[in-house]
Amino acid sequence: MSGARAGIRDQSALLAKLMIAPAILYVTAMIGFPFILAILYSLSDITTGDPTLRLVGLRNFRDILADSVFRLSLKNTFFFAIVSQVLVILLSRIIATALMKEFRGKWLARFLIMLPWTAPIALGTIGWLWMLDSIFSPFDWVFRWLGLLGTPGALLGPQTNLYWLGVPSLAMASVIIVHIWRILPLATVIQLAGLSSIPKDLLEAAEVDGATPWRRTLEITIPLTLPIVSIAFLFGLVFTFTDVTVVYVLTRGGPVHSTQVLSTWTFFKGIEGGDLAQGAAISLFLFPLLAGVAALMLRMARKSEVV
Amino acid sequence: MANVRKRLGRGGLYTLVGSFAFFGAFPFYWMLIATFKRDHDLFNPVANPFLFNEPPTLDHLRLLLFDTHFPTYLANTFWVGSYVVVITLLAAVPAAYSLARWAGGWGETLGIGIFLTYLVPPTILFIPLSRFTAALGLQESLWSLILIYPTFTIPFCTWLLMGFFKTIPKDIEEQAMIDGHSRLGAMFWVVLPLGISGILTVVVFAFTLSMHEFIYALTFISVSAKKTVSIGVPTELVRGDVFQWGPLMAGALIASIPVAVVYTFFLDRFIAGFTMGAVK
Repeated sequence: MSGARAGIRDQSALLAKLMIAPAILYVTAMIGFPFILAILYSLSDITTGDPTLRLVGLRNFRDILADSVFRLSLKNTFFFAIVSQVLVILLSRIIATALMKEFRGKWLARFLIMLPWTAPIALGTIGWLWMLDSIFSPFDWVFRWLGLLGTPGALLGPQTNLYWLGVPSLAMASVIIVHIWRILPLATVIQLAGLSSIPKDLLEAAEVDGATPWRRTLEITIPLTLPIVSIAFLFGLVFTFTDVTVVYVLTRGGPVHSTQVLSTWTFFKGIEGGDLAQGAAISLFLFPLLAGVAALMLRMARKSEVV
Repeated sequence: MANVRKRLGRGGLYTLVGSFAFFGAFPFYWMLIATFKRDHDLFNPVANPFLFNEPPTLDHLRLLLFDTHFPTYLANTFWVGSYVVVITLLAAVPAAYSLARWAGGWGETLGIGIFLTYLVPPTILFIPLSRFTAALGLQESLWSLILIYPTFTIPFCTWLLMGFFKTIPKDIEEQAMIDGHSRLGAMFWVVLPLGISGILTVVVFAFTLSMHEFIYALTFISVSAKKTVSIGVPTELVRGDVFQWGPLMAGALIASIPVAVVYTFFLDRFIAGFTMGAVK
């Protein structure tokens, strides 16, 4: 009896290892190994023209730190990711709270709100590129129609267009808006999952005990949904932090690098410029943040297990 | 009085939901109207841009479908996506099952480890991987994408499936084994059919993740006929500095519709799996 049991157990242990092996092998070969290569490249002088690996120490890091475009793109990366994700968390909580209520046409509203998540990012962004066109932007048309633009003394200026992607501040705002547009659906659904996991009787009991809506929000809803909201925030942060597409399609980092971020700068330097070593060094600056996010997620995973 | 307040609340709710729906959907309306507008109407800065000021036309669609590689992009995207789905399933289903069932302490750590590799972004990987594909002679080949896309589908899908498998009670397999199935047979004949909704979700998401991918395709493919829809539309419909907005918008819209329909059915399930894995 015990022998048969041990047999199955042994077999299971072997099966467990065999079944997980392909995934582990693939991940090691295609993520682990390239990641180590990226570190090696960043310490070398490799280019697409001369792909031999000669180590040159920290020269690349010194060079890129001295480069003002790099410093600007580092700043922009943080700025875009944090601003867009803080707004995403606030807005998604508002939509999710509204969508928790029952009303007619809810499925249609949900479908339309979720749409941005379904389009390939590059193609959704192409749609925005046309909406932010320097001459034919519908936003400019509406502003002109309202008399806010294009007449002498108008609120937004006498010129006929705002040139969304041609002015640094507007270009930065455009990038942030497209990021928000893109991530909002996912964050909303995660918030919905969080809100619907709160036991109804808890809120009712609090209401019976005379707790005001504000207190119920502060002392029940927010603490109980905090873990899931943090997950939404961290995911959104990683998405925006590592995204190349929005900036590449919308502005290519312009005007004059004002919307350049680490991931696009990596692409322009490393692939279009052919300087693989510097490209790798630039991309590695993403790693500390990602490691931070990973550590936070691990801590939360542990915590939720203990509770 | 209470009635008035209620009605005001309703109005506020509709305004709020309506404006968010508008924000989400307006770009798609903008693509739709540009698809069927005559160029003369499309490039008119004075007339109301939200309406057709001249009769609609099929010219842009005709150009997109017959004078560009757009149908080829769709086919390429389909094939890459299908292969990626198969590879992902072959690696992620057994791995997730193994992690969900036999995982002790090491399994839990390994599971989280696999998931965390999802956070290593293409931005860090695409430079070394470009040397990989060169060494393997896969430049300008869709096979390079098929080889590389599982770097983001396998970690993600393993995580999702792990959540699904954990919800299937262990007793069911034990019963199957008492009924004469082997350990592996119990998994194959009993657990997989029960986990079919999880597996379908993974199929949908692996496929759409590869369809949405941009930076690897941009780095590894530059021959027009080999492009996927995600890079083909933004790079090939721009002749010199001239953006062909009509066909561009038509292409963006057509590529978005099928995914939008499928996602509508799968979103809830996906989020269920996602949160199950993340927050126990």
